[in-house]
Amino acid sequence: MNIVVCVKHVPDAQSERTFRESDSTIDREGVDGLLSELDEYAVEEALKLVEAAGEGEVTVLTVGPAGAADAIKKALQMGAHAGIHVSDDAIHGSDAAATSLVLAEAVKKATGGSPELVLTGMASTDGVMGVVPAMLAERLGLPQVTFASELTIADGTVTIRRDGDTASETIVASLPALVSVTDQINEPRYPSFKGIMAAKKKPVEQWGLADLGIDPSLVGLDAAWTTVVSFAKRPPRAQGQIVTDGGDGGTQLAEFLAGQKFL
Amino acid sequence: MAEVLVLVDHADGRLRKATAELLTIARRLGEPSAVHIGPGADRAQVTLAKYGAHKVYVVDDADAAGFLVAPQAEILAALVEKVTPAAVIIPSNAAGKEIAARLAIKTSSGLITDAVDVRAGADGIETTQSVLAGSYTVTAKVTTGTPIIAVKPNSVPLEASPAPGVVEAFAVTVSDAAKAARVTDSQPKKATGRPELTEAAIVVSGGRGTGGDFSPVEEFADSLGAAVGASRAAVDAGWYPHAHQVGQTGKQVSPQLYVAAGISGAIQHRAGMQTSKTIIAINKDEEAPIFELVDFGVVGDLFSVLPQATAEVKKRKG
Ligand SMILES: Cc1cc2nc3c(=O)[nH]c(=O)nc-3n(C[C@H](O)[C@H](O)[C@H](O)COP(=O)(O)OP(=O)(O)OC[C@H]3O[C@@H](n4cnc5c(N)ncnc54)[C@H](O)[C@@H]3O)c2cc1C
Ligand SMILES: Cc1cc2nc3c(=O)[nH]c(=O)nc-3n(C[C@H](O)[C@H](O)[C@H](O)COP(=O)(O)OP(=O)(O)OC[C@H]3O[C@@H](n4cnc5c(N)ncnc54)[C@H](O)[C@@H]3O)c2cc1C
Repeated sequence: MNIVVCVKHVPDAQSERTFRESDSTIDREGVDGLLSELDEYAVEEALKLVEAAGEGEVTVLTVGPAGAADAIKKALQMGAHAGIHVSDDAIHGSDAAATSLVLAEAVKKATGGSPELVLTGMASTDGVMGVVPAMLAERLGLPQVTFASELTIADGTVTIRRDGDTASETIVASLPALVSVTDQINEPRYPSFKGIMAAKKKPVEQWGLADLGIDPSLVGLDAAWTTVVSFAKRPPRAQGQIVTDGGDGGTQLAEFLAGQKFL
Repeated sequence: MAEVLVLVDHADGRLRKATAELLTIARRLGEPSAVHIGPGADRAQVTLAKYGAHKVYVVDDADAAGFLVAPQAEILAALVEKVTPAAVIIPSNAAGKEIAARLAIKTSSGLITDAVDVRAGADGIETTQSVLAGSYTVTAKVTTGTPIIAVKPNSVPLEASPAPGVVEAFAVTVSDAAKAARVTDSQPKKATGRPELTEAAIVVSGGRGTGGDFSPVEEFADSLGAAVGASRAAVDAGWYPHAHQVGQTGKQVSPQLYVAAGISGAIQHRAGMQTSKTIIAINKDEEAPIFELVDFGVVGDLFSVLPQATAEVKKRKG
C-alpha cells in the first residue's frame, strides 16, 4: 500500500508567535519552525501500516515556504520513503480552501490520480482549524474517516475507532479514503542515527503551481475567501491574588467565589 | 430581511445549548432559519422558535442521520442554493467544522472557524477569533461566497426572542459518495449527571497532581454544579476518560469559571481554557506557570484545599 501523508511546517508553539504587520499573516520567518507535532502521529501510523504490510511506500507532502523542507526532513528521518515540497511565492497567505486545493492537486499528481490512502493530522498547531482533511476529501471525492484513535486496514476497507463526545464509534469506509489521526493513536518514534543518515539520500520532489496546473490567481492572500481585518495581542491577564495555604486556603477560595457571585 | 441558516446541533431532537446561542447570534445578521437534520424536529421546534427561528427546515431522512458529515454538507449546500442566505452559522465542534469545510468547498465560500463573536459590520459580517493559544485576537471576514461561520459554544449569553418557527419539510437526495463512510458501532458514554464540558458555566479540572485520585476534584465540581475536566497527563495515565481532556487535542472550553487543580499550565493545556472568564488554580508549586493566568490562586496541596473549599461552598449554599 502506498500512503501519502500531509504534514505542515508550523512556528514552534514554545516560542513567541506573532503576525506580520504588513499583511496580517503569521510570521513564519522570525521564529523557529518544525513539523507540526500532531502530524508526527500520522507519519508514525503510515510507517506502521507499511511495515505491517511488508510493502508499500510512505510519501510525505507539504505545502509551505522554503523552511517547510524541515518538516519533510524530519518525516524522512523517521522513516518515510520520499517527500514532496510544494512551494511557490504565489501561495503565501492562502486560506484553508486554497491550501486544500494545492494539496489535492499534489496528491493527484503524486499518485497518478488514484491515491490509495491519504493520512493527515487532526489539526495543525498554528491555524488549528481542523478543516483541511475534510476539504481535501471533498476535493478528491474520497470518503473521510477522521479523528482515528485506532486504525486497521484489511480487504480494501479502513476501519477506525474514535472517541466522540457522546459515544465511542467504529467507522468503516472502503479504500481509497482519507483518514485523520489523533494523538491517541500511537507514540511517534524518534529518528535513529541510521534514519538521519538515510534521510539524506531520500528523494524530495520540488513542485510549483505550474507543475500542478494551478492558476496562481486562485491561491494566496489576494485570492483568499477570507481576510484578516485586524489583529491584536491579547493583553496579558492581570495576575490576580495568590494566597499560600496556611490551613484556610480552601475557605479563602470559597470566599473569593462568593465575592465573584459564583455562590 | 435575508435568511440566516443555522445548523441545529441535537441528538434525536434534544437540543444542545449551543443551538440557542447560534440562533441568538444569527438574529444580528438577518432572519434565522434553523436547519434540523434527522429525527426529533417536533421536539426541537418549540425551543428553536423561542430563540428566534422564523423557519425550521426539516430534513428527516435516514440517509442523512445514519452517516457522518458528508450528507449534512450536501443538504446545507442545497439549501444555500435555494434560499441564498446572508450566512450559514454552524457549531464549532469537530463535526460542525467538517460539515462547514465541505460546504465551503461545495459553494466556493469562505469559512471562519472558532469564532467567539459575530457582528453585522458596516461592510459585511465581522467575526472575532481567539488564536495562537489565546495570545491574539483576530477580526476576520469572509470575502467570497456565502459567509460560513463556525461559532464556539459559550460565546454569547442566551436571549429568547420568539418567532413563528414555521416547519418546512425539505427533501434532498443524498449522493452515494456522501454515504461512503458509515458508523457501524456506537457505544454511548455513561451519563455522569454533570453538565457537558463545553457547555458548562463552571469547569473543575484535575491533572497529574491528583495522583490518580479525582474524588476531591469531582466533589468540588459537584458542590458547584460544574463539569469535570482533565489534563492530558491525567488522561494518558488512564485516570480520566479522554472525552474530558481540556486543551489543544481535547476540548476547548470557555466557561465563566475554570478551576485547575494539580495542573502545571502547559501551552497545550492553556490552548483549551485560556479564554475562560475567571480562572482559579490550586498547585503545590508557586512557580507553576498556571499561576500567570489566574484571578485567584492557592499555593497548596489540592487534597487539603479542595475538600475544605467543598465544605465551605456547601455551607454557604445552605
Ligand atoms: C491563527 C490563524 C487563523 C486562521 N484562520 C483562518 C480562517 O478562519 N479561515 C481560513 O480559511 N483560513 C484561516 N487561516 C489559514 C489556515 O490556517 C491556513 O490556510 C492553513 O494552511 C490551513 O489551515 P490549518 O493550518 O488550520 O490546518 P488544519 O485544518 O488544522 O490541518 C489539519 C491537517 O491538514 C494537513 N495540512 C494542513 N495544512 C497543510 C499544509 N500546508 N501542508 C501539508 N499538510 C497540511 C495536516 O495533515 C494537518 O494536520 C488561519 C491561520 C492562522 C495561523
Ligand atoms: C501535541 C501535544 C498535544 C497536547 N495536548 C494537550 C491537551 O490537549 N491538554 C493538555 O492538558 N495537555 C496537552 N499536552 C500535554 C502538555 O504539554 C502537558 O504535558 C500536560 O498538560 C501536563 O499535564 P499536568 O499539568 O496535569 O501535569 P504536570 O505538568 O506534571 O503538572 C502537574 C502539576 O501538579 C502539581 N501538583 C502535584 N501534586 C500536587 C498536589 N498534591 N496538590 C496541588 N498541586 C500538585 C505540580 O506542582 C505540577 O505543577 C499536549 C502535548 C503535546 C506534545
